[in-house]
Amino acid sequence: MTVTAIVPDYADRIETADAPEKFHGNAVIYVHWEEHLSFCSALAFPLPLAMPFGALVSEVITPYYAAHPDAANIVWDKVVWDIDGGKKAPDFSASLEANGLGHKSLVRFWTPGLNGWAGSAS
Amino acid sequence: MAQVASITLMLNDDARPIIESILADNTGVRVLNMTGAVKLDRDESIVINRASVEERLGRPWDPQEIHLVLISMAGNLDEDDDQFTLSWRH
Amino acid sequence: MSGAKKLGLKQRYAHMTRGLDWETTYQPMDKVFPYDRFEGIKIKDWSAWEDPFRLTMDTYWKFQAEKERKLYAVLDSFAQNNGQTGVSDGRYINVLKLFLTGISPEEYQAHRGFAFAGRHLRGVGPRVAAQMQSLDELRHVQTQIHTISHYNKYFDGLSEFRHMHDRVWYLSVPKSFFDDARTAGPFEFMIAIGFAFEYLLTNLLFVPFMSGAAYNGDMSTVTFGFSAQSDESRHMTLGIEVIKFLLEQHPDNLPIVQKWVDKWFWRGHRVLGLVAMMMDYMLPKKVMSWKEAWEIYFTEAGGSLFTDLARYGLKVPKYADVATAEAEHISHQNWAIFYQYTHAAGFHTWMPDAEHLDWLSAKYPDTFDKYYRPRWELWAKLEKEGKRFYNNALPQLCQCCQIPMGYTEPGDPTTIAFRSSTYKDQKYHFCSDGCKDIFDNEPDKFVQAWLPVHQIFQGNCGGATVPDVLAWYRMNVGADNMDYVGSPDEALWNEWHAEKLRKAV
Repeated sequence: MTVTAIVPDYADRIETADAPEKFHGNAVIYVHWEEHLSFCSALAFPLPLAMPFGALVSEVITPYYAAHPDAANIVWDKVVWDIDGGKKAPDFSASLEANGLGHKSLVRFWTPGLNGWAGSAS
Repeated sequence: MAQVASITLMLNDDARPIIESILADNTGVRVLNMTGAVKLDRDESIVINRASVEERLGRPWDPQEIHLVLISMAGNLDEDDDQFTLSWRH
Repeated sequence: MSGAKKLGLKQRYAHMTRGLDWETTYQPMDKVFPYDRFEGIKIKDWSAWEDPFRLTMDTYWKFQAEKERKLYAVLDSFAQNNGQTGVSDGRYINVLKLFLTGISPEEYQAHRGFAFAGRHLRGVGPRVAAQMQSLDELRHVQTQIHTISHYNKYFDGLSEFRHMHDRVWYLSVPKSFFDDARTAGPFEFMIAIGFAFEYLLTNLLFVPFMSGAAYNGDMSTVTFGFSAQSDESRHMTLGIEVIKFLLEQHPDNLPIVQKWVDKWFWRGHRVLGLVAMMMDYMLPKKVMSWKEAWEIYFTEAGGSLFTDLARYGLKVPKYADVATAEAEHISHQNWAIFYQYTHAAGFHTWMPDAEHLDWLSAKYPDTFDKYYRPRWELWAKLEKEGKRFYNNALPQLCQCCQIPMGYTEPGDPTTIAFRSSTYKDQKYHFCSDGCKDIFDNEPDKFVQAWLPVHQIFQGNCGGATVPDVLAWYRMNVGADNMDYVGSPDEALWNEWHAEKLRKAV
């Protein structure tokens, strides 16, 4: 038992608040553009895992990061990707799932040469 | 580093005699003025003597009246009818 | 002194607080006090409890009544003299909005928690102290609501504080802190709130902040603040007495207490990041920086305290060094979060002006110009170009503290710290090693966390769009949220000042 509780069956009573089945068929995916801390944290999106990775880039990442002056200069085939702690070259035409993403996966990406406003990681 | 005993009091008429008695009875006390409050720090201990406060106040004073003007403190408290001491000694 | 017949303070206190309890006969004591054993704390002798403030109930009522009379005299005077027009700047009111929505409801939670501890600890000494504190906390929430209700007549963002507290994304940070403490046993609650919050951290909330209120011309808030804080000294002594009592009672208590001290120090540090932001960004006239306050009230005061507690084997809380290093960054990182999510915040935001930027540079010479000034300059530039910077997605939240995961790696302010754990095949994300450790110690508790962003995705917060969610928050769009510049608050403030100038000529 991981919680010191007054009832003996505490573990049987709990409900995992963010179990995957609660998201209406979507998975929560987190995305973070490194060295661009104008975006204060990684961004969270509810997405179908069948979505192609390329669509994640064009329909989610591109518009939601567009407010940064560096965004227009991203060269997508130079980008370095990290999925759940491992460096990866994702297959843009394959689904998120086929690229190894699951519920609450974290996708971090680096844009070589683009290091934030005046190189400050902002 | 020395352990610092500390007391923060409101800066008002009720507290002024207490602040003055602390300054008189505790050598080497350090004063940090803030708007509306004053923080008094001293290595190891700070004492407030009833007699000393009464001398300045001109009337009997119960050390528990300090609750009306006390903002914060640091140190182990020992309180009786004649004094109120904060210290890190045992 | 009138002579030998009068009892001394120590005797009077002993008579008024001891012998109030009895051994039950027709029910076993363990059934009457079911909550004070399961946490594993061992108490051999409850009568060893020493309350250093020997305050009896009659004296307590006398002093509290006196404090209330003084406070309400100030509140009346403030209202009669239109004190709201004399604060330093209209921006100042936003501090009160954050305080009323984020802190005051927690005073009420503290009231309930101490009422629970006062009922369920079987020793009479701590029960009396916990009951007094419970009454104090109720007084605090009442005086805060009463004081700030005056501002509610004029300014936005205050009227729905109770409704917002249970729903709005950033208010889940203090709410989850107290929910966690109140769902723990009575001893953990006493360590969490009595020791870690009241003793270690409350000075950081009330002293510089309330002094700041005075400096900014808000005589009503400083008065409730210092009036509450005068109770706080008693709470601090209760908090430290709890620690000493538990550690003196049995050596087996030490590892349990240490784990709670570590946990609640870190959770408290995270919650206080909101105060850091108030001090460095929201007070128009600054009293001291967050970093300075941290040095005085944690590094120096905490250092003295933990030197004292070392004789029991208790160590400085784990990650205290990380928290101290974060004092350089936390206010800037938090203000950045609120600036970009201003559309979903119940108070106004703004970019610091040139003078304010220079103050920040002076207070944070090693970090501000290098890491944060460029961010503010970029945003100010975008504002000027009519492209005010918003973050239109929802942020990733820490599973433990529930704050957007915007804190950076220790030693590297350019890289977000990502930590994660897998529990029962599910991933959980954390902003720091401190938050990850807390989860890893009690995963069954924290998998139940109500994370606002995930709740929105699940459809539990009024709908799928931002306007739906804001309506569910009862946020009055265009008045409660967005930048100060252009707000109805600003228009009102400017009108008051134009009037003052007209009358002056």
